[in-house]
Amino acid sequence: MGLIAIGAGLAMGLAALGVGIGQGILANGAMHGMSRQPEIAGKITGNMILAMAIMETALVLSFVIAIMLYSKL
Amino acid sequence: MIQFSELGPRIILYFGSGGKVFLTESTCFEIILAVILAVVGIWLGSGLEKVPRGKQIVAEVLVGWVYNFAQQNLGKIRGEKFAPYLGSLIVWLVFANSLGLIGLRPITADLNVTAALAVMSFVLIQGFAIKELGVRGRIDELGDPYYAILPMNVISELILPVTLALRLFGNIFGGMVVVDLWMHLMEFLSYKFCAVPILRCITVIPLNLFFDMFEPVIQAYIFTILTAVNLEEGMSGMREDTAEKRRLKREKKKQKLIKEA
Repeated sequence: MGLIAIGAGLAMGLAALGVGIGQGILANGAMHGMSRQPEIAGKITGNMILAMAIMETALVLSFVIAIMLYSKL
Repeated sequence: MIQFSELGPRIILYFGSGGKVFLTESTCFEIILAVILAVVGIWLGSGLEKVPRGKQIVAEVLVGWVYNFAQQNLGKIRGEKFAPYLGSLIVWLVFANSLGLIGLRPITADLNVTAALAVMSFVLIQGFAIKELGVRGRIDELGDPYYAILPMNVISELILPVTLALRLFGNIFGGMVVVDLWMHLMEFLSYKFCAVPILRCITVIPLNLFFDMFEPVIQAYIFTILTAVNLEEGMSGMREDTAEKRRLKREKKKQKLIKEA
């Protein structure tokens, strides 16, 4: 019982850790690009959001898994 | 409190006996929302004039944005062809995601709805890719640049609807759970000193702004743009240098056969 709760928490936390670091690096790169070339800032923003969405998939999958674990408590 | 043991929405209508045929909350809201959007769309598009004014300006901005968006992602001719589908998808998704604003359960916080939408996108992508390239061309495209990579590409094509459905569902459902938890905390706190759950009314507005206004727009945009990007990728065929390489190889084989004969 207790292990399931710990597992649900860990799944969410670790996934959030990884996705947070990844999105930080991505935003860093996008900001650098925008400051170097402000003319194409709009295009960079669109692509940045798309890439962030693809990264977020991992987080959302682990969120679904955490809910499945939670329902077993 | 939301029941986590079942992720689906409430069932509100039963047909017949035994309870096997039923209608859920999200199905009803879906149909109502679609009817409202269709009526508003027909009203916006009626009585067009040469010089736009009033409601026509709104309609023109919306339609112009959608066509621009489709043509940026799909190219000029294909963009015009697919703009109506992408436009109705994004408009419906924005409103379906932000239904929490009026206190209802968002339609897309239901795995059945998002899975149906994802299957729709998947069928559209595969259908038009095969219609455009033929079965042989589609296999060639999936085996680009080497045929050894074909199974991996097939798996990544099959996984697309799963991730599309789960991303939309997870984001909207997570937002709904956070808002619900906050409401219950505020109710608990306000019962400490008052008989009316007074704290619930104002404190939830920042959460609503994020989870019911900002997030729905972003998620609808992401769903639509992923559909558009994958559609473009599926319909574009194999790369030019790969096609050239394969043509040369085939010619070499042909000449070898001629020499041997």
